[in-house]
Amino acid sequence: MDGGALSSEFMLGVYVFLLAIFLGIELIGRVPATLHTPLMSGTNAIHGIVLIGAMIVLGPADEWWLRALAFLAVILGAANVFGGFVVTDRMLQMFRRKPGAGAK
Amino acid sequence: MGDFDRGDLIQIAYLVAAVCFIFGLKGLSNANTARRGNQLAAIGMGVAVVATLFIPGFDGVNILLMLVAIAIGAVISAYPARIVPMTAMPQMVAIFNGMGGATAALVAVAELTGHDFITKGDTVSILLGVIIGSISATGSVIAFLKLQEMISGRPIQFGGQQIINGAIAAAVVVLSVIIYFGMDEFGSILQKSDSTNLLLILMFALALALGALFVLPIGGADMPVVIAILNSLTGVAAAITGFQLNNQALIIAGSLVGASGAFLTLLMARAMNRSVTNVLFGAFGGGATAGAAGPAGEAKPIRETTPDDTAIMLAYSQKVIIVPGYGLAVAQAQHAVRELAEQLQERGVEVKYAIHPVAGRMPGHMNVLLAEANVPYDELFEMEDINDEFPQANVVLVIGANDVVNPAAREDKNSPIYGMPILDVDKAQNVVVLKRSMGSGFAGIENELFHDPKTTMLFGDAKDSLTKLTAAVEAA
Repeated sequence: MDGGALSSEFMLGVYVFLLAIFLGIELIGRVPATLHTPLMSGTNAIHGIVLIGAMIVLGPADEWWLRALAFLAVILGAANVFGGFVVTDRMLQMFRRKPGAGAK
Repeated sequence: MGDFDRGDLIQIAYLVAAVCFIFGLKGLSNANTARRGNQLAAIGMGVAVVATLFIPGFDGVNILLMLVAIAIGAVISAYPARIVPMTAMPQMVAIFNGMGGATAALVAVAELTGHDFITKGDTVSILLGVIIGSISATGSVIAFLKLQEMISGRPIQFGGQQIINGAIAAAVVVLSVIIYFGMDEFGSILQKSDSTNLLLILMFALALALGALFVLPIGGADMPVVIAILNSLTGVAAAITGFQLNNQALIIAGSLVGASGAFLTLLMARAMNRSVTNVLFGAFGGGATAGAAGPAGEAKPIRETTPDDTAIMLAYSQKVIIVPGYGLAVAQAQHAVRELAEQLQERGVEVKYAIHPVAGRMPGHMNVLLAEANVPYDELFEMEDINDEFPQANVVLVIGANDVVNPAAREDKNSPIYGMPILDVDKAQNVVVLKRSMGSGFAGIENELFHDPKTTMLFGDAKDSLTKLTAAVEAA
């Protein structure tokens, strides 16, 4: 590699990335099929973490178009987060064990 | 070593968020802890968002803009999320997923256009972020439109489609290579050239087009797999954004989601006995496949039944297994089926639900629909757990399901669904099929089960038939 193109910060990211993938498979492998939809919508909310990325770009932005771009990105990211968690919570509150016990 | 400064506290907050996501995901894997798991993940998200507001060097006006944008995002999504019917859950997940993908793509575009000097590693992550985020964004929009039936759920195909998609994909790759090598190199840092921004925007547009074109030819029946893939892609896009910003919380959260989405994709594909490649490029459900489905039906005999006859049979059974399909949800008959089950349980009949992994429009969709109708989840059984019990069932009620109970998947080597794991309904003592009419399933395949001597057909609207059945069981 010419003059060390791969910074140690970048490589650390790669290690974290790989380990998190293994962890993800390990955690999900045991999920019963009953929970696949809430799981999917819950993970859907979690990837809304890109919202942070949009905020980090908007924070120091000094040109109008950059602001506009990042502003739109924050809206979309926030929508992903809020919608995802709300809908997942709504689904999960319906899962109950005993018939009629403590129905809403 | 100095004291903890604001930057340290923010890093610790991100660490807390990542731990919340991991434990949240762990919680989601068990029905008893799932709700708390989701809430824990939401708390982690809240911590990360609040911490981000305090990053040093942020412009005051921009922070204000951030808060406004977050409020707008919350309002436009939380309201639909509260009222959306559970049948529409797949398209809801699809559209939220698209928003996440779009965010990742926009962040990447802003990162490159907003800087003059970028490290090589960041440049690669930016280019990947634009491509993956865009494909996920427009792909999700098309999936949403298909599921919402705003465009046809049938595969949309046109001449040379594969070639056009291939050409666009190639153009995207070539453009990213040109962008990368078109920059001036200073060690591990690249300086943008005059054409970089323009080329990037061109690549962005092409990647957006590719996402849409890529999902268009995929049929409605394959949407469970497509949604899982798109979810996984957005996860990867979020992780890539983490690389651009050197943010470990994004990398961890993104790759957790990427891995889980990929895992679910494989699970779904296996449940349909299809390879992921076949789902993506096979355009199933088109005329050719359906045409191959054996000799065109010379009206084979079927036995029709009435609600009263079925009710008697059910009322004097010991064990009844209910097989719900998407037709049940279409007829909004989830509550009606639960009432029938309760009526039978009161008479001492053992009632279980057998759920095929691809019942519904996304993985586990049928379980959610039944849970909404207050069916306790410990009465719901997965295919592998209940298939051995069918021979002991006096009656199996098949409601709005077709391909997932078609014995041709086990027996007929020429059937397009051959090899797909099915519920062994045909091994039960009696089968009653509730169906609107004699139409065929998504795959357009003849179903031998309907002509089996021990099968009777109860035609009509599922909700209507179930209500009649419940009344008749009560009277029996």
